[in-house]
Amino acid sequence: MNEASRCLAVVPFLCLAGFLANGLLGRRLGRNGGAAVGVAAAIASFLFSIPVAREVFSTGEAVKADLFSWIDVSDLQVKFAFLCDRLSVIMLLVVTGVGSLIHLYSAGYMAHDASVPRYFAYLNLFMFSMLLLVLGDNLLLMFVGWEGVGLCSYLLIGFWFEDPEKAYAGRKAFIVNRIGDFGFALGLFAIFMVFHSFDYETIRANLGDSNIREKLLHTFDLGIWFVDVKLSLVGAITLAFFLGAAGKSAQIPLYVWLPDAMAGPTPVSALIHAATMVTSGIYMICRLSHLFVMAPPTMDIIAGVGGATAVFAALMALAQNDIKKVLAYSTVSQLGLMFLALGTGGFSAGFFHVFTHAFFKALLFLGAGSVIHALSGEQDLRRMGGLKNKLPATFATMLIGTLAITGIPPFAGFFSKDEILWKAWEGCLTGQNVGHGLVLGLLGTVASAMTAFYMFRLLTMAFLGAPRGSAEAHSHAHESPWTMTLPLIVLAICSVAAGFLNVPHALHGGAHFSAWLQPVVAAWPEIATAQHVSHHSAERGLMVVSTLIAFGVSGFALWIYLKRPGLPAEVIQKSPGLGQLYALVRDKFYIDEAYDRVVVRPVKLTAFALWIFVDVLIIDMFINVAALVAEVVSEAARRLQDGVVGTYAVWFLAGAMLLLGYFLYILGAA
Amino acid sequence: MSAPILSALLVIPVAGAALVALLPRENAREAKLAALLTALLTFLVSIPLWTQFRPGNAAMQFVETRAWVPALGLTYKVGVDGISVLLVILTTLLMPICVLASWSITDRVKEYMAAFLILESAMIGSFVAQDLLLFYVFWEAMLIPMLLIIGVWGGRRRVYAALKFFLFTIVGSLPMFVAIIYLYFKSGAQTFDLETLRAALNPAGNEPLPLTVSAARWCFFAFALAFAVKVPIWPLHTWLPDAHVEAPTAGSVILAGVLLKMGTYGLLRFAIPLFPGTAAEFAPIMIVLAVIGVIYGSLMCLAQEDMKKLIAYSSVAHLGFCVLGMFVWNDKALSGSILQMVNHGISTGALFLCVGVLYERRHTRLLEDFGGIAKVMPWYAAVLIIVTLSSIGLPGTNGFIGEFLILLGTFQVKKLPAIFASTGVVLGAAYMLWMAQRVLFGRVTHEENEHLGDLRGREWATLLPLLVLIFAIGVAPNVFLNRVAPTVENYNRQIRAAIRHENERREAENRHRALMTPLEAPGPGDSRK
Amino acid sequence: MLTLHNCLLLSAILFATGVFGVIARRNVLIVLMSIELMLNGVNIAFVSFARFYPGSSQAPAGHVFVLLTMAVAAAEAAVGLAIVIAWFRNRKTTDTEEMRSLRW
Repeated sequence: MNEASRCLAVVPFLCLAGFLANGLLGRRLGRNGGAAVGVAAAIASFLFSIPVAREVFSTGEAVKADLFSWIDVSDLQVKFAFLCDRLSVIMLLVVTGVGSLIHLYSAGYMAHDASVPRYFAYLNLFMFSMLLLVLGDNLLLMFVGWEGVGLCSYLLIGFWFEDPEKAYAGRKAFIVNRIGDFGFALGLFAIFMVFHSFDYETIRANLGDSNIREKLLHTFDLGIWFVDVKLSLVGAITLAFFLGAAGKSAQIPLYVWLPDAMAGPTPVSALIHAATMVTSGIYMICRLSHLFVMAPPTMDIIAGVGGATAVFAALMALAQNDIKKVLAYSTVSQLGLMFLALGTGGFSAGFFHVFTHAFFKALLFLGAGSVIHALSGEQDLRRMGGLKNKLPATFATMLIGTLAITGIPPFAGFFSKDEILWKAWEGCLTGQNVGHGLVLGLLGTVASAMTAFYMFRLLTMAFLGAPRGSAEAHSHAHESPWTMTLPLIVLAICSVAAGFLNVPHALHGGAHFSAWLQPVVAAWPEIATAQHVSHHSAERGLMVVSTLIAFGVSGFALWIYLKRPGLPAEVIQKSPGLGQLYALVRDKFYIDEAYDRVVVRPVKLTAFALWIFVDVLIIDMFINVAALVAEVVSEAARRLQDGVVGTYAVWFLAGAMLLLGYFLYILGAA
Repeated sequence: MSAPILSALLVIPVAGAALVALLPRENAREAKLAALLTALLTFLVSIPLWTQFRPGNAAMQFVETRAWVPALGLTYKVGVDGISVLLVILTTLLMPICVLASWSITDRVKEYMAAFLILESAMIGSFVAQDLLLFYVFWEAMLIPMLLIIGVWGGRRRVYAALKFFLFTIVGSLPMFVAIIYLYFKSGAQTFDLETLRAALNPAGNEPLPLTVSAARWCFFAFALAFAVKVPIWPLHTWLPDAHVEAPTAGSVILAGVLLKMGTYGLLRFAIPLFPGTAAEFAPIMIVLAVIGVIYGSLMCLAQEDMKKLIAYSSVAHLGFCVLGMFVWNDKALSGSILQMVNHGISTGALFLCVGVLYERRHTRLLEDFGGIAKVMPWYAAVLIIVTLSSIGLPGTNGFIGEFLILLGTFQVKKLPAIFASTGVVLGAAYMLWMAQRVLFGRVTHEENEHLGDLRGREWATLLPLLVLIFAIGVAPNVFLNRVAPTVENYNRQIRAAIRHENERREAENRHRALMTPLEAPGPGDSRK
Repeated sequence: MLTLHNCLLLSAILFATGVFGVIARRNVLIVLMSIELMLNGVNIAFVSFARFYPGSSQAPAGHVFVLLTMAVAAAEAAVGLAIVIAWFRNRKTTDTEEMRSLRW
């Protein structure tokens, strides 16, 4: 092992050590000690990942670290080994870098909490799991991290467990994620059936094998009643994996846990529910991109689900009043955009959005946390306002984050989002697949337009205008300590700069990021990629249009919420139809309630009914009736036992006579 | 010949039980200490089973053979292989833990301890016996101490629960006894020795099969019934919740930890190898029942208010996985199945210990009586969460390895059962976390709960070994699997070959009969009566 | 007229008398004595078969059985009488109809 792979082997375990220290010795460490250990573990893992990254960036080759053989049963051989290639190095840097910043921020944010060591223990454990997910050299290790981050998410959402609602939100997140994991697991089983291995490299290498390709493309008829469905094996596998991705990355129909996950501490929302964990679904699909492109129907489903989620979630974000809920739905929506990109073959585009989104969404969440911190826990946008001068650093950085997510050039979001929109519109604008491209493109554009609106609504309601909360709260508001503002500033710088890593060819940039990923992700559809060069003007045109939309919608939102804050209410009052629509959006289309009615309650009811009818009534009835019969018969039979020797003697005699008679009969017969 | 470890394991607990029983009634503390020391000694003696076990060897190891009643073909033959070695050690490990967990027993202490020690001998005996009748003796011998433990030291409805347990088990095992005797005469081997019987029942060449098809079916049914009750396989499971609810903590630990494994172990050791062809014939039914058990057991958990009942039903689900892994004859699935037996012993044992911790403090097990315990007993909460996670098979814990191997292996052979069983993983998370939440999270709603003390030294001593194992198996499963794997590979190879062989023969016979019947029918030998 | 038939007749009469005594009499002492009668009836049967069965001198099984029965009968009488005395001390009765504490 060279130095880089030694460092690679160490990185995740630094976080594990932090977890163990805080988890076992938390009480002895105390608040400050716990925070110090937690932050140190995160920063150390970042420092140790630098040599790894340098190695990968300089050679372009993967750094590997074999630790030990984990499971070894007959033909199943799974190594506990790390692999840092072109794809995972980016995740590695994001997780440890943004993670470190958020750890630092947490030290300030959670300073007054009663159980700081427990918090940092969970956070470090999360980093460990996330690093396993990202760095594992096989799908099974990814699955370990995958479930591990789900666990940490559960623990951190329910961090303030004394509030039953928060504990419930944690549990909901875990169970919904488990539904996704069910898909992931099925995908694993099927992968093993085809490849007899979970290693990325083996899978990738064997994809070229014609026998395996044939096996994968073998089509099954799933004729159910009148619906004639044809599904290839690879289609089934990728759909199963997509179910997993949809669970973790909060896509329809499994997105419901993410808004509730905002019950956790705000830095947690920033790290887990915005920057890292929720993007692991995209990471996974990029990892398996060569498999996914073999199943065009799955790709279409991914694009469709992503686009629909992007619009649907953005719609709900428009009507939320809780600052964190707005950001949560925004995250769901942005994740939808990423899936839209993946589904159209824009693996590097989607992944680039993961990268930039990590910065600006973490920034926005941390900014929101700073606001909440300043207002002693107030989260309702309607009671904020006028905080611009009270929290100058927070405002400035939030502004940058907002501009970035809105897609205003030259902030990071502009480049990543335009890449996605181009992939979505590509089919339409190049005339290859007009209807398909039109639908997806419209979904993407509408979602980004709504992004501009709700983000500027949030910014204006929180920082601009007159204070709407109590005067006391407003006067007590204060800028946060340096531990919280420093991460904001660093993230703001990244939000400005990150986009320049992938300036598209259309703007005469080098598209370095896409070029970097090109060897590890699949190119699809092949024709479009080949003809990419010839459509630069169309791409430029799309950029202009979407930038204009972003500016226009942002300005509109600014105007409404600064000059005419009563306008939305007036409109709603005047038109009852719109009012109903608004209520529907505000109440999140009653999706949670619907799930409760359609899934949760029927399951519980079935469980209860089965218990009462099958277990207690039917099965136990057999037993109890058998016992009853035995009891009745023996009750009668024991009357024979009257205690008098004479009676026994008579019975005895009768028995003896019978036997004698029987023997005589036999003798006679013989 | 090396030291007779297995015989020592059988003798030491019984000797300890005799010693405990001879102590004067007043010396309850001494009785506990003596029992603890005996159990610890047994555990120490069993350690060489682990260290000296030759992992690469698929055959029986530590074998001891002595003539018992030669006239009847009865031998005292004991031995362990990869299937049973972990289970024996699990038994000896759980026993000191059970004694420690019973420290607060005040009623008839020495009888209680003696019952446990005798139970230990019987359990080990069942795992190591290589002679059908010897096995049957141990198998029935387990029943009595367990019946007493539930019936004497149990809860309010202990007599009902004990009788139900007894009746289910005895109804299941008497047909097995009849089948054993039947095999003795019909196999032509005139022996109870397992290996000889197996060979006699599955002749290699073209010798005539000793049993007719229907006789083999009846025998398999008799064996499977006895074991299915013990597992328990749906729908023979309803004794389990009652027995668990009424049994004292240590009784539940041993019941879930070891006794249920007798069922799965018996299927694996006796029912399948003796009648491989019939087992293959019935495999679809067993698989369906196992999957029903997984889903049904999980659903049941959602309807329970009593923690012990909930965990009891979760056992039905977990053992459903074990049974599933046995009837697909895939190496991964079977290895997972065996590991899952051990896992279930560890995590469910620990869960019952956790319930016991609360029960000792509050004398209730109803979920509604708790809430917010995490605030009052943080270490306890941490332990319960870890054990819960192990029970729902989170990667990094033991449960994951077992369940994953079973499902992975099953999927390679039977897709749909694996898919349906996988939903049990989702439901598992739902009910276990629901339980954890109702106990641990939220505000403290009952005043009595506000000043509960956290885990004490003795409770740590019972839980810590199990916690260590949870992570040890999760992180380094190879240490355990490489002891299991050679036996499993050999086992499956034999069973698959036997099934193939038997099917071929039956087919050939059928062809033969189809050819011969029309010719023979009007023959002179076929007189009409 | 010491024929096998007559001997067996005697044996049967003795045995039947014993049976009648056990069933019909209520005094526990008489019951015990009747049991002795039955045993002796059987003994006579054994001895007579031994006497009249050819070749019995080589294998005197009947005689051996009689000796065994007598020993058992003596032991049984000792234990039985001891129980009767213990019972009489406690309950002041020898009536079997009143000795029914072992009923269901």
